[in-house]
Amino acid sequence: MNKSIIISATILISTALTVPVVFSDDDRREYRQRSLGVAPVTSEVYKNECSSCHMVYPPGLLPASSWQKIMTGLEDHFGDNAELDSENFKIISEFLDTNSADKSDYRRSRKIMRSVNKDNAPIKISELPYIKRKHDEIPDKMIKYNQKVNSLSNCSACHSSAEKGLFNEHDVRIPGYGYWDD
Amino acid sequence: MKLITLISCLIIFPFGTAIAENYAVLQLLNSYQAETKKQPNAEKGQQLWNQTFTGKSPFTERSCRTCHTSNLKLPGQHIRTKKTIEPLAPSVNEKSLSEVKKIKKWLKRNCKWSIGRECTAGEKANLLTFLNQQ
Repeated sequence: MNKSIIISATILISTALTVPVVFSDDDRREYRQRSLGVAPVTSEVYKNECSSCHMVYPPGLLPASSWQKIMTGLEDHFGDNAELDSENFKIISEFLDTNSADKSDYRRSRKIMRSVNKDNAPIKISELPYIKRKHDEIPDKMIKYNQKVNSLSNCSACHSSAEKGLFNEHDVRIPGYGYWDD
Repeated sequence: MKLITLISCLIIFPFGTAIAENYAVLQLLNSYQAETKKQPNAEKGQQLWNQTFTGKSPFTERSCRTCHTSNLKLPGQHIRTKKTIEPLAPSVNEKSLSEVKKIKKWLKRNCKWSIGRECTAGEKANLLTFLNQQ
């Protein structure tokens, strides 16, 4: 009796030890996202309300303090009026706060946070030291004076998966110039 | 009897589709008219559409055309981000002017940006009537 228990226990344990760890496609995708980018945007309200005039900026690109400053100045939002009704204002503020760079463990968010002071960061993504450093070798003609790009803030012009939170260097295609490799 | 039915169908049918197509616009026009007690004027709406106002730098000259262009059947472009704006003319873009909430939101934001203040009920009625004819 005792022997059979020992045998079955041994079989169970050895099976458990030899079963290979299986990663699903979802696991792989999440690992890729975590190691290459920032968290993807999950709020439909945020996507709908904020994508009329510009690309959908993943909230993991700025700390909460910067998002708060942006949300309190929507009447003059980088020169445009982007006022929201109170219901959407609340939903979007909460979404930005909980998903901001300082509360994210995605690689790019952590790198962004290492480059700024949490409470005194710029409100423009294009002025974050990490973002500036990553783009400092690219000449103005490819961004600023490139009619299909116009500005460093137009991430998705070159990073085709920017709205999904992916900023892998190998996926960069600069309009009119093609691949970028440094 | 049959003739009467046919005639009433002919009269009611086009009216009925017009209501179905422009329900959001009609609803708003009714509420503006209740305030102004005036008929909206598409011509005045067009004038306001084309009028230029002064704003803060770098966009010192502002009008509706700044982003939406003069041809409402063609796509516009956001002056700052250069993002494409779908055509406003309902004849080419059926989503345009189809939601009360959206119309109110954009009239409020864009009057404030272009003119520097919110539009009056009369101005909004005129603009909406002009836009709805495109």
